[in-house]
Amino acid sequence: MAGSSKNEKLIGGILPESKAKDMLYKMVLTRTFEENAEEMYALGKVHGTMHLSIGQEAIAAGASPALKKSDYLLNTHRGHGHFLMWGGDLNRMMAEFMGKEAGYCRGRGGSMHIADVESNNLGAQGIVAGNLPISVGVGLSIRARKTDQVVLTLFGDGAANEGAFHESLNMAAIWSLPVIYLCENNQYAMSMAFEKAFRIEQVSERAAAYGMTGLTIDGNDVFAVYKAVMEAAERARKGSGPTLIEAITYRYRGHSKSDRQLYRTREEVKEWMEKDPILRFAKAIEVKDAELKEIQARAKEDIRKAVEFAENSPEPDVSTILEGIYA
Amino acid sequence: MREITYMEALREAMRQAMQKDERVFVIGEDIGVYGGAFGVTAGLIDEFGPQRIIDTPISEAGIAGACIGAAVTGMRPIGEIQFSDFVVISMEQLVMQGAKMRFMFGGKADVPFVMRLAGGSGTGAAAQHSESLENWFVHVPGLRVVMPATPYDAKGLLLAAIEDNNPIMFFEHKLLYKSKGPVPEEMYTIPLGQSHVVREGKDLTVVATSIMVSRAVQAAEQLAKEGIDLEIIDPRTLKPLDERPIVESVIKTGKALIVHEAVKTGGFGGELAAVIMESEAFAYLDAPVRRLAGLDMPIPYNRNLEYHAVPQVENIVEEARKMVKGQY
Repeated sequence: MAGSSKNEKLIGGILPESKAKDMLYKMVLTRTFEENAEEMYALGKVHGTMHLSIGQEAIAAGASPALKKSDYLLNTHRGHGHFLMWGGDLNRMMAEFMGKEAGYCRGRGGSMHIADVESNNLGAQGIVAGNLPISVGVGLSIRARKTDQVVLTLFGDGAANEGAFHESLNMAAIWSLPVIYLCENNQYAMSMAFEKAFRIEQVSERAAAYGMTGLTIDGNDVFAVYKAVMEAAERARKGSGPTLIEAITYRYRGHSKSDRQLYRTREEVKEWMEKDPILRFAKAIEVKDAELKEIQARAKEDIRKAVEFAENSPEPDVSTILEGIYA
Repeated sequence: MREITYMEALREAMRQAMQKDERVFVIGEDIGVYGGAFGVTAGLIDEFGPQRIIDTPISEAGIAGACIGAAVTGMRPIGEIQFSDFVVISMEQLVMQGAKMRFMFGGKADVPFVMRLAGGSGTGAAAQHSESLENWFVHVPGLRVVMPATPYDAKGLLLAAIEDNNPIMFFEHKLLYKSKGPVPEEMYTIPLGQSHVVREGKDLTVVATSIMVSRAVQAAEQLAKEGIDLEIIDPRTLKPLDERPIVESVIKTGKALIVHEAVKTGGFGGELAAVIMESEAFAYLDAPVRRLAGLDMPIPYNRNLEYHAVPQVENIVEEARKMVKGQY
């Protein structure tokens, strides 16, 4: 998260060197987590579905490090990367993924609802655009408590066509609430291609309709994400209101486990894979192949340990089934 | 004790809660200088200002989301849905988010908010401004559902709801806003989940909610002249439901009539009937449990049709008389 020593070297004129390595590691860790998740699913070790962000890691890598620990996060269903970047503990995250009592949500939420309210991580989201109205309330709460916090609200291109998007952006705009709307435009709302679902070129054009700042950035460029989120946070903290950032990216995998990907071509996927955000960021911060391999090996080992932790953790006891519904 | 209206009781509860706790605020459509469509929040903006009496655009999903987001980050919001019918626009937020957040997060999130909704027919507002949708929410784990029938209950239940750490659907009845009754000036709470025996009697148990409580009382007064003695119970909160007084009453009277305004099919009456049937009161029943409820139809505009779409005093009188006289 934000806050580094004044004299530190800034890569690309913006990114503190000390953060860069950690960001790269967590990008790799996210991908390793998700590749491992696929494998566990294939082996029947987890049940339910999952939404993989492989190919989109740069957005998570750049977003939360541009904020403060005291800020808020409203995540999406495709949010493993953001969860890790926000400071999520890998063991407890893996335990949640495997439905164990030691998981962040005691195994009740799973990967789609993983949250850690204690660290102001207000949860991943199973309803497209469901977190957008909630961010208005978080913004009002910040205003009422007179703190300088901001809320980072994530959603996909599909969510921008829900009615809740309109209500939320308008309310945040009229009250100048400190909300950063970060749209991860990965080109497809499940199978619905962006150009079939929108009559405009960019989601960010809609910002003008609400009287807020809007911009479209290269979502596979960690620097661009970091810069955009940092500037949006500055505006929000100054009382200048919300920002709509559209980050253009691409998901390599299907929407979820049931996706046969009949709506796009192999060539298109391949083309995007050549612009891989992890390789691109490694190059930008001058991490050589050998070092990247070491990072990948470390991530793999950390995942292995997390799986071991989760596998050895107890299942929720059925006698506790009704816990946590009411205060 | 001084008498004030149901509406004044609600307003007083909000005012006192806001004076006591700065985390409490009210958010909804036209609740500021307009005072709310029915006047419930009139004058509050003068005392608390626009940061705590927050007028919103016409955005019911936004209002619900605002309550949820503020609640989970330490505030205690009160939302207002101008006509309870409009809650359909905010269903996703209330049902998928507010109700489930605590559970999905492993019991680790507090989501304390109250959603006030003006419900019920009788104002000529027709099919989209007159519904009674409370039972939809009874079906959602994570929510509490409250329905005050008197000014005293309105204040005490609203203050209890504001103090509660769960999301609460608080259904007010438009026709009750101007009804008067004794209400203490000081703050007090009525525990959520406590049925109220409104009238004691021996011949028939009438379980009634919201405006049907006063209609049942009027019916009981008429029937008393015929020597028929009704016991009337108001659950006050549909969820959690305080079953015990209902079960005990049915054991005493051997007969149960359930009266509510919402349409009969899928209404709360079915739930209450099942509660009675599943209890030891079953063995004491000497007549079928009966439901008197709204007809299975949208609320009509025409005054006479509207009147006949929901139970009235004379319907309760007739139904209760038949039950007591063993005609079922």
